[in-house]
Amino acid sequence: MDRRKSLKLIATGAIATGAAVVGCNTEDKKKTADAAEPTFNLDRNPDEVAYEKSIIAKGKFFTEHEMATITILADIIIPKDDVSGSASEAKVPEFIDFIVRDMPAHQVPMRGGLRWLDMHSLNRFEKTFADCDSGQRIQIVDEIAYPEIEYKDEKGNTIKKGKVKTGMQPGVTFFTLMRNLTATGFYTSAIGVKDVGYAGNQANKWNGVPDDVLKQYNVAYTEKELNECVKV
Amino acid sequence: MGEFQVKKQPKKYDAVIVGSGAGGGMAAYILANAGLKVCLLEAGFMYDPQKNITQMKNPWESPRRGASTTMRPFGDFDACYGGWSLDGEPFTKVKGTEWDWWRARMLGGRTNHWGRISLRFGPKDFKRKSIDGLGDDWPIGYEDVKPYYDRVDKLIGVFGTNEGLENDPDGFFLRPPKPRLHELFIKNAATQAGVKVIPSRLSILTEKLPGNDDRQACIFCGQCNRNCSYYKADFSSPNVLIKPALKTGNVDIVANAMAREVLTNKEGLATGVSYISKEDMTEYQVEGKVVILAASACESARLLLNSKSQRHPNGLANDSNVVGKYLHDSTGAAMGGILPQLFDRKRYNEDGVGGMHVYSPWWLDNKKLDFPRGYHIEYWGGMGQPSYGFSWGIENLNGKYVVKGKEKEPGGYGASLKEDYRHFYGCGVGMAGRGEAIPIESNYCEIDPGTVDKFGIPVLRFNVKWTDHEILQAKHMKETFKEVMHNMGAVITWGGNDDASNSYGLSKPGEIIHEAGTVRMGNDAKKSALNKWSQAHDCKNLFCVDGGQFVSQADKNITWTILALSMRASEYIIDELKKQNI
Repeated sequence: MDRRKSLKLIATGAIATGAAVVGCNTEDKKKTADAAEPTFNLDRNPDEVAYEKSIIAKGKFFTEHEMATITILADIIIPKDDVSGSASEAKVPEFIDFIVRDMPAHQVPMRGGLRWLDMHSLNRFEKTFADCDSGQRIQIVDEIAYPEIEYKDEKGNTIKKGKVKTGMQPGVTFFTLMRNLTATGFYTSAIGVKDVGYAGNQANKWNGVPDDVLKQYNVAYTEKELNECVKV
Repeated sequence: MGEFQVKKQPKKYDAVIVGSGAGGGMAAYILANAGLKVCLLEAGFMYDPQKNITQMKNPWESPRRGASTTMRPFGDFDACYGGWSLDGEPFTKVKGTEWDWWRARMLGGRTNHWGRISLRFGPKDFKRKSIDGLGDDWPIGYEDVKPYYDRVDKLIGVFGTNEGLENDPDGFFLRPPKPRLHELFIKNAATQAGVKVIPSRLSILTEKLPGNDDRQACIFCGQCNRNCSYYKADFSSPNVLIKPALKTGNVDIVANAMAREVLTNKEGLATGVSYISKEDMTEYQVEGKVVILAASACESARLLLNSKSQRHPNGLANDSNVVGKYLHDSTGAAMGGILPQLFDRKRYNEDGVGGMHVYSPWWLDNKKLDFPRGYHIEYWGGMGQPSYGFSWGIENLNGKYVVKGKEKEPGGYGASLKEDYRHFYGCGVGMAGRGEAIPIESNYCEIDPGTVDKFGIPVLRFNVKWTDHEILQAKHMKETFKEVMHNMGAVITWGGNDDASNSYGLSKPGEIIHEAGTVRMGNDAKKSALNKWSQAHDCKNLFCVDGGQFVSQADKNITWTILALSMRASEYIIDELKKQNI
């Protein structure tokens, strides 16, 4: 697609519907169409049930093209590695579609951010982000993945880190939200909880910090604590 | 609506109780076990902890991953249904004043999710005016309440240790759990700063409660805020008081019953309660020999102020004109951070009990300070169950700290980012102060003359402001927290930059959800609504057994004292009924 053509597409609103003109491949389309809505299993009061039904009744928030882009981004943020699977394996894209319906404040930043990303991608590679090859996608992500932070070090000096090129802040803001939602969705999934090593949520007897850990940090229980605390 | 009629419940009760939380639950338990017929009205939904279960769920079992909703502001798994704003039940505030009002709407109220912090008031806490000249003394002292605290300890169960502290009295404690790793760090750091740290006192059965076969010992899932559906190891009114009370056959619960007013006869005595059923939107009346209010400090005050009659033109129990006044909450200020020594820590299950294993009771003498009342410190941290919001803002960690020997740019993506999330998991730590505010007459709630809720009941208008007493206390909290954080090598990530411009991060009044003082007791009928038996001065068969009756609330969470005073008032009621005095 050349530059003029892409501008024409934008002018006619073609990319608003995404997939049909410039959009995702058929496999992506199938995936989103098949994705089931979340089920609410917690025993709730009638008005909570009504609210939850109303969210589901709204239907999917994101278009297929948007979902394809979210899926690509989520798997760039959390790919499969030696320890665990990817964001899409943990159904993070589906979580994101639900959570923006449950928390409408995320809707504009996400939708607008996705559009910003496609416009940036069109300008740069004359393709939407989803149509870019993996090398091109990473070039774009590298421009938006490192927000600027500022803090004081131990000596009280102000330290600035991160790299945001002129004009890229909207992309950085979007990617930061995307990273937060992806990580939260991933680490609250079965795959992610196992990855991060949360060992609780099961019946047990708490008998204090394991001995090797006490030793590692050079701390110990006092005689008083050992005598007065619950014994296993 | 066609014909408008009020339905009278045919059954006459010995007592009608409004509200089913700590105060109402205890009253129902004591009265029902004494053979009295009790009607328990609850404005919210029916709730059965053994059927409505959120305990032991994994985060992915909530589509929103445990995030909050307006109906469950403390998260999807939290056992308490209610919130800061209820659909169709508004309240108003006088301009320039603040009050955040939490209301539970379910059987058992907020006892279903509370922090289980169970602190007795000490001898000084009942006599503060005698010590610093501010507020008022209670008409009773520690020695009056001690026998009831003792019985509440044994009936409900609380862990802790007898430390022999003057104003943090000993009790009948089960064994406390050993401190977690960050709590050992806190203990060392706080001790260096001169801050006492002792085992916390929570109503959780760390071991079997002697003489009770219905409840089991804690399984250390750390989820008391979800209510202990499986083991009944923590205190909630439905599990510990209401269900046993129901077994007597003497209690009828009416859920979804929003009390409209306390009914009185020509002599000005209470005859029952009128309420609207949310189920059929019909008006009902239920009669009782005694009416006991336990609807929460502000709801009880509202009910009294709305109960006007010829004999009680200023509202019931309000000849003194104090109902609604002296409204106060605990103060609160908090600080959080990270412990770099815990990066890349070894994983193990450290859920423990739901809440802190150690805390700091007030350790200083206010005579040497620029604020009159004390505070206690609560602590948290460690390797909790991930939920919505987990790992938010990683750029502030991986851009700042070396990860496995590598300096990184903030944010990022990919396998390197996954390594970072693992590296920083479980390094959080934090603390919060909960302090005593001075109850003053000019802090009050009243009936808003122009606003009603969806049931047509006039609503409350709040008028509360903190004074320098509370603000200077928050300043001291922040100074203490900074020192403790510094001593253990923690890096403060929030709450460290508060100053006079934001009252040192002092929480808004109401926000700590310990409201009290609106129906206070006293010996002088001109300055108090109730006598020392929680009985209305101007209506002898009307009682208030919630936080409303408190003259002041110490720096101690008020539930244990609500339970003790409700038990005390209930036994007084039984006696007075026997003697035919009421």
